[in-house]
Amino acid sequence: MAISHQLKRVDFIFSNENDWEKVLSATIKKKPADLINELISSELKGRGGAGFPTGLKWKLAAEAKEDAKYIICNADEGEPGTFKDREILSKVPYKVLTAMAVCGYITGAKEGIIYLRGEYKFLQAELNKAIEEFHYYCKEIKFDFRISIFMGSGAYICGEETALMESMEGKRGEPRNKPPFPTQRGYKNMPTVINNVETLVHTFTIFKYGAKKFYDLGVQYSRGTKLFSVSGDTPKPGIYELELGMSLQDFVYEFGDGDTKAVQVGGASGFLVPRKKFKDAAIGFKGKLVGISLPTGGSMMLFNSSRSMYNVLDNYLEFFREESCGQCTPCRVGCQQLLLGIKAVKRGEKPAAYLDKLLRLTETMQLTAKCGLGQSVANSFSSIVENFQEEMIY
Amino acid sequence: MTNKINITINGFPVEIKKGETIIQAADSQGITIPTLCYHKDLCVAGNCRVCVVEVVGQTRLSAACATPCEEGMEILTNSLKVRNSRKHIIELLLAEHNADCTKCYRNGNCELQKLSSEYKIMTQDFLELAPLKKYSVDMYSPSIIKDDSKCIRCQRCVRTCAELQGVNALTVAHKGDKMKITTFFEKAMRDVVCTNCGQCVNHCPTGALVEKNYIEEVWDAIANPAKHVVVQTAPAVRVGLGEELGLPAGSRVTGKMVAALKRLGFDAVLDTDFTADLTIMEEGTELLARLKKALVDKDETVKLPMATSCSPGWIKYIEHMYPEYLDNLSTCKSPQQMFGALAKTYYAKARNIEPENIVSVSVMPCTAKKFEAYRPEMHDSGYRDVDYVLTTRELAILIKQAGLDFNKLEPVKYDRLMGDSTGAAVIFGATGGVMEAALRTAYELVTGRDVPFKNLNIEPVRGMEGVKEASIKIENPLKEWAFLDGVELKCAVAHGLINAKTVMDAVKTGKVNYHFIEFMACPGGCLGGGGQPIPTSPEIRKKRAEAIYAEDGALALRKSHENPEVQKLYKDFLKHPLSDVSHHLLHTSYTKRERF
Repeated sequence: MAISHQLKRVDFIFSNENDWEKVLSATIKKKPADLINELISSELKGRGGAGFPTGLKWKLAAEAKEDAKYIICNADEGEPGTFKDREILSKVPYKVLTAMAVCGYITGAKEGIIYLRGEYKFLQAELNKAIEEFHYYCKEIKFDFRISIFMGSGAYICGEETALMESMEGKRGEPRNKPPFPTQRGYKNMPTVINNVETLVHTFTIFKYGAKKFYDLGVQYSRGTKLFSVSGDTPKPGIYELELGMSLQDFVYEFGDGDTKAVQVGGASGFLVPRKKFKDAAIGFKGKLVGISLPTGGSMMLFNSSRSMYNVLDNYLEFFREESCGQCTPCRVGCQQLLLGIKAVKRGEKPAAYLDKLLRLTETMQLTAKCGLGQSVANSFSSIVENFQEEMIY
Repeated sequence: MTNKINITINGFPVEIKKGETIIQAADSQGITIPTLCYHKDLCVAGNCRVCVVEVVGQTRLSAACATPCEEGMEILTNSLKVRNSRKHIIELLLAEHNADCTKCYRNGNCELQKLSSEYKIMTQDFLELAPLKKYSVDMYSPSIIKDDSKCIRCQRCVRTCAELQGVNALTVAHKGDKMKITTFFEKAMRDVVCTNCGQCVNHCPTGALVEKNYIEEVWDAIANPAKHVVVQTAPAVRVGLGEELGLPAGSRVTGKMVAALKRLGFDAVLDTDFTADLTIMEEGTELLARLKKALVDKDETVKLPMATSCSPGWIKYIEHMYPEYLDNLSTCKSPQQMFGALAKTYYAKARNIEPENIVSVSVMPCTAKKFEAYRPEMHDSGYRDVDYVLTTRELAILIKQAGLDFNKLEPVKYDRLMGDSTGAAVIFGATGGVMEAALRTAYELVTGRDVPFKNLNIEPVRGMEGVKEASIKIENPLKEWAFLDGVELKCAVAHGLINAKTVMDAVKTGKVNYHFIEFMACPGGCLGGGGQPIPTSPEIRKKRAEAIYAEDGALALRKSHENPEVQKLYKDFLKHPLSDVSHHLLHTSYTKRERF
């Protein structure tokens, strides 16, 4: 058994945001160094899925010596099965704006940009109103920070932070080589903090209540809470804020329909966990958790026994084949090979053993692709093919 | 030493320069890391992933071209993990590639083919994707053929077109499996801003971009007894051709090349250098005429600075990008086209051959010359002035097909009448060469003295700096040029169209005040032309440039106006520079073009 605690619902993120003005004016009276230490001691990790320590990211940007710096809120929520950032931006936008401003205060940036997913255009007008009011308050307290919205155009790859910046600079949305990292050279080649919408809201919580309240939730290496977008074969789809570190078994008890066959954790780029492994799996970042630890941007898709896992995989691969930016070989050609490969096996044009060749290909993709997209195609592919091999073949 | 760091490569400790990427560090240690998208002329893309290496301690492999070395780094360039991944990537590229190598123009000089051979990819386990995609071949351009089925999406061409040339005719479109390299609205290459410079061809690792070749047409003409086939060779060809025939970069092969051309069966082997000297006579006179109009007659319609017009890539570029400056271009045709017009008039008359029976072939370091010969203006002889344009590479193919052992050929001299040249003409092949040649002649014409530079070498306009400036103060001119006394002639030289853009933008904003500017479309000038041997690199171009200047230094005559055959041409045919005959045959006009 891997699990350290029970599933527990929490209500931080969507709780009252009416005190944002107080939180902002109080926070920017503190020393930036103290705020960074607070953030580091909370052990908050990025909620977009990659889990980079937020405090460290802000510290690196604060230490960078450039005149212009930028704060970007990544609201290009494109992972299939994820819809939490939309909810945050429509329900508690001021928390996001406040967090961006505090980040600006800490790092020395004067400009923040929300990269809003093209499909979320309907949020733009409301969000702009909030920004206007926010600017008004900043002016009142003589705090110099401006926020604007940049509309994305619908490419999944633009959620990748460097592709996002390329797109903001008016170029084709293709990931850059790293290093340099955004905190060194990001948007317009200047030090940039880029955080997921949810990550920013968590910093709001931490600045409001202190790091301890956040740290006390979750388990070691996976502190605090996380928003989950629950979908698929579930009687109660929706968005839930839960403590990190819960067991997948508990999650399925809570959200399953009694016939859950598998759960896809982390969207198309995440892992599929079959029923027999539910009890060994915990939701959180790799660490001292025994068994399988599953980091996630929050997408939880439940599948019951009526689903063909072949169809699920086929669907994911079709998505990747189209959404790969196409610049690097392993991702562009790899995704095509994987999709056509499983089709060929299914039709009997390639032997079952061809799946092993494809599994080795996903290893190469994981090792060599330029960005997270190509590297993570292996996750869903290998976890589905290895656990449901017979469904792939027959 | 603070500028050195210590790393290990494949277990061996080495000291390398700080700031080097893994690929550079390995290269400095004699270890080649294969790559398809990396090119020394271009920014790092890191997208082919063939160059991945293992950095000990990291889970993923790193692209050697894009990863800077750090102190203490342990790098494995040939571990099992690296080899397996690299093989996979090559297999993936081949699966997407039209690998019908025997029918490919780049067969034998293809980087993907070479890599596939090195890694002994003997089977194709992956599904072949090439037949599934409805690839098209764009062969409407007179210069360049673009075959998407051979494209490996390394984006070298895109970076070349943007970074070296500032043209942006080629771009990436679509994403995922549909991602491709294409043009504005996927128009044909001939219908967009493409300048035909061929730098994309020179940088393409495969056969996706190649020159349109006229090899069979030329063989047909040679085989036709009714035809008198004359060939001209451009200055830069003689310092490039050797590379295609197994000689090191920078080999001077002028005499051997002439010998080879004679053995191929050309009826007369003549020299574009002859018309390069002629260009200087016409263009230099034109410059002085413009200066006189501007300074003495105060004629405000005279356009200065005057820009050179030898480079057809540059001409098409200005026609697209700065059409409001077309009157600043010298009206002189390029040496190739001057030669073409004279071959079917002056030469035909002197040799007593019907011009319609003359087939005029040129060998150029250039793909844009193919387009230039095809322009409707270029029929002043009453016929198409230049019938076929071959690149340096195509000439090498002719020589190989004829089975000639190039190295064993005894050097031979050009034929008479249009075969004489001076050092001033040879340096047309290098950036700054036209400027230097023009100054050598114009200064002497005006003052009666040699240009005030040691050994006539005008060093400020030489070298690989993107934009070069020079000025010469004219003192004590001859009586008829008295109005130039004390005038400081300001000149600039730009090579690579991105540098041409810099200069043109400076001219446009009035930041600079030049009298005369030399523009060459290609990096390094013609010696780095799009028709020159592949590969190209800054080092290779430097060697070719050294060969050009060595050729110049070795010639007895080094000033265009001293060319005896050019003098005879004026005496017998043209009368004087800018004469009516000159105007009819040697000068041209330009066309405004759209910016698609």
